[in-house]
Amino acid sequence: MSVKNPELSAEMPALSDSEKKSAERRKLWNINANFWLCFCAFLTMALLVFLIGYIAYRGVPHLTWQLIRSETSHLKHTIGILPNILNTLYIIVITMAIALPVSVGAAIYLTEYAGRTKLANIIEFATETLSGIPSIIYGLVGMLIFIQMFGLKQGILAGALTLVIMIMPVIIRTTQESLKTVPDAYREGALALGAGKWHMIRTVVLPNAIDGIVTGCILGIGRIVGESAALLFTAGFGLVLNGFVKAMQSSSATLTVALYVYASERGETDVAFAIAVILMILTFLINRLAKLAAKKLKKV
Amino acid sequence: MSTILDVEKLNLWYGDHHALKDINVEIPKNRITALIGPSGCGKSTFLKTLNRMNDLVAGVKIEGDVLYNGQNIYDPSVDVTWIRKQIGMVFQKANPFPMSIYDNIAYGPRTHGIRSRVRLDEIVERTLRDAAIWEEVKDRLKKPALGLSGGQQQRLCIARALAVEPDILLMDESTSALDPISTGKIEELAQQLKEKYTVVMVTHNMQQAARISDECAFFLLGELVEFSATDKMFSTPTDKRTEDYITGRFG
Ligand SMILES: Nc1ncnc2c1ncn2[C@@H]1O[C@H](COP(=O)(O)OP(=O)(O)OP(=O)(O)O)[C@@H](O)[C@H]1O
Ligand SMILES: [Mg+2]
Repeated sequence: MSVKNPELSAEMPALSDSEKKSAERRKLWNINANFWLCFCAFLTMALLVFLIGYIAYRGVPHLTWQLIRSETSHLKHTIGILPNILNTLYIIVITMAIALPVSVGAAIYLTEYAGRTKLANIIEFATETLSGIPSIIYGLVGMLIFIQMFGLKQGILAGALTLVIMIMPVIIRTTQESLKTVPDAYREGALALGAGKWHMIRTVVLPNAIDGIVTGCILGIGRIVGESAALLFTAGFGLVLNGFVKAMQSSSATLTVALYVYASERGETDVAFAIAVILMILTFLINRLAKLAAKKLKKV
Repeated sequence: MSTILDVEKLNLWYGDHHALKDINVEIPKNRITALIGPSGCGKSTFLKTLNRMNDLVAGVKIEGDVLYNGQNIYDPSVDVTWIRKQIGMVFQKANPFPMSIYDNIAYGPRTHGIRSRVRLDEIVERTLRDAAIWEEVKDRLKKPALGLSGGQQQRLCIARALAVEPDILLMDESTSALDPISTGKIEELAQQLKEKYTVVMVTHNMQQAARISDECAFFLLGELVEFSATDKMFSTPTDKRTEDYITGRFG
C-alpha cells in the first residue's frame, strides 16, 4: 500500500460511548461463553467419571479369578467367562489374519497402482460408505451369505468373516490415508535410481506409512472387541467352552455378546458388569497401544 | 565427438497443454550440456523425458524418439528401471529418504543387488567424497539424512545418484539452493564427472552455464530455439531471442 489512509494514520480518538458499550458487551459475552464452555467440559468429565466409577463399583467385586477361569455350567452350577475370553481372542486372530493382508493390499493397489481411474473412485466411495453402515446390517448380511448361502454353522468362522467385511473398509481407509502422507518426492527419488515400483513401495513407501497402518489395525481390533450386533446372528450366543477348531463351527459368544446374554437373558447383572469392567480395561489398553505404536513407529 | 542421446521430433502434452514442441537435439557424450530458458519454458519437462520420469505424470502424452546409444528408450520392449539406472537424476528440490545418510547412498546399489558390506562402505565413501560432502558427514553416517542442511541434502542426493554408477547424470537446478562454496564444489564435481559421465543440467544461472557447460540449449515456450557450443551461444547467438535472453532483456 503506497497511499496512506489519513484516518488511520491520525491519532486514535478516545472511545465514543457506543464503542464503550460494545466493548462492555463483548466482555460480558466472553465471560458468559467461558462459563458455558467450562460447564460443558465439566459435564462431559463428570459423566465419564460417573460411568467408569459406576461400572467399576458394580463390576469389580464380582470380577473374581473363579469367574475368569471357569465356564458356565448348569450341572456344576458355575458361571464363568473363560469361553468368551477365548472366543474373543479367536475371532480377533481370524478376522485380522484375513482382513489385514487383504485390506493393506487393496489400499496399496488403490493408492499406488490404480491412479485416478473410475473403478478406484467407486471403490473408494464404497469403502467410505461401508464404514458408516450400522453393524447389525453386517450381521444380517453375514448370516444370509455365510450361514444360509455357504452353509457354515453359526460360530467363530461365520462371525469372523462377517467382521472381515465390516472392518476392511476401516483398515483400507486408514492405510490409504497414511500412504498418501508419504511425499511423492520419495517415490520419485527411488524410481529415479532405477528401483522397480514394488521395490520402491516396499522399501520407501511402506516403512513411512507403517505407523498409520498399525494404528488402523489396532483400532480395527478395538472394533472387533466392542462389536456385538454383527455377531449375534453369525457367531452366536453359545457359552460353552470349545477348542479352537470346534469353536469355528459352533455357536460361540464373544465377551461383548456374552455381556448381552448375561444381562438380558440370564438376569445375571453382576456378571454383566464384571464383563463390562474387562471390556473397559481392554478398550483402554487398545487405545494406549494405538497411540504408543503411532509414536514409536513414526519416522524421524 | 559422439552422440549419447539423440532426441528426434519430441513432442509432449500435459493434457491439452503442448509443453514440448518438435524438439530435435543431439547431446554429446562426455560433455556438460546446459539447458537454459525462462521459467515455465519446459526445461524440467525436457530433462524428465530423458529418463522417462515423465511417465509418472498422469495425463501426459509423449511422441517422438529419444535414442540412448541408438536404442529408443520409449520402445515398449525397453526396461524402464534399466533406463533410469543408466540415466540418473538429481531433482530441483533435494529429496533424501527419511533414512540414515549411509542407507540413502546404499539404497541404489542395494536395489541393484549389491549386498557386500565392504563394497557398500567403499561406494558410500567414494560417492560422498565425489559430491564434496564426505568431510562434513563422515562421523554421522548413521544419523538421519533429514537432519542435514538443505545444501548438504542436495549434495547427498548427488552422491546417491552417483552410487548407481549412471552413464548420464541429469541435474535440475541442483545448485539453486546452495551457497557459493557448495555450488563451486558441485561445479568442480561436474567438471570431473564428464571424464566418465555425461551431464545434462538445467540452470537459471547464466554465469554458471557459461562457466561450466560445453554445449548449451536455449528453450522458449516449449521450443528449442538454439543449440550450440556454449562459447558460441554466449558470444554470437544466431537467434535474436537467444541474444535477448542472454543479455537479460527478458526472462
Ligand atoms: N505435471 C504437470 N502437469 C501439467 N502441466 C505441467 C506439469 N509440469 C509442468 N507443467 C507445465 O509445463 C510447462 C513447462 O514446465 P517445466 O516445469 O518444464 O518448466 P521449467 O522450464 O522447468 O520452469 P522452471 O525454470 O520454473 O523450473 C509449464 O507451463 C508448466 O506449467
Ligand atoms: Mg524446472
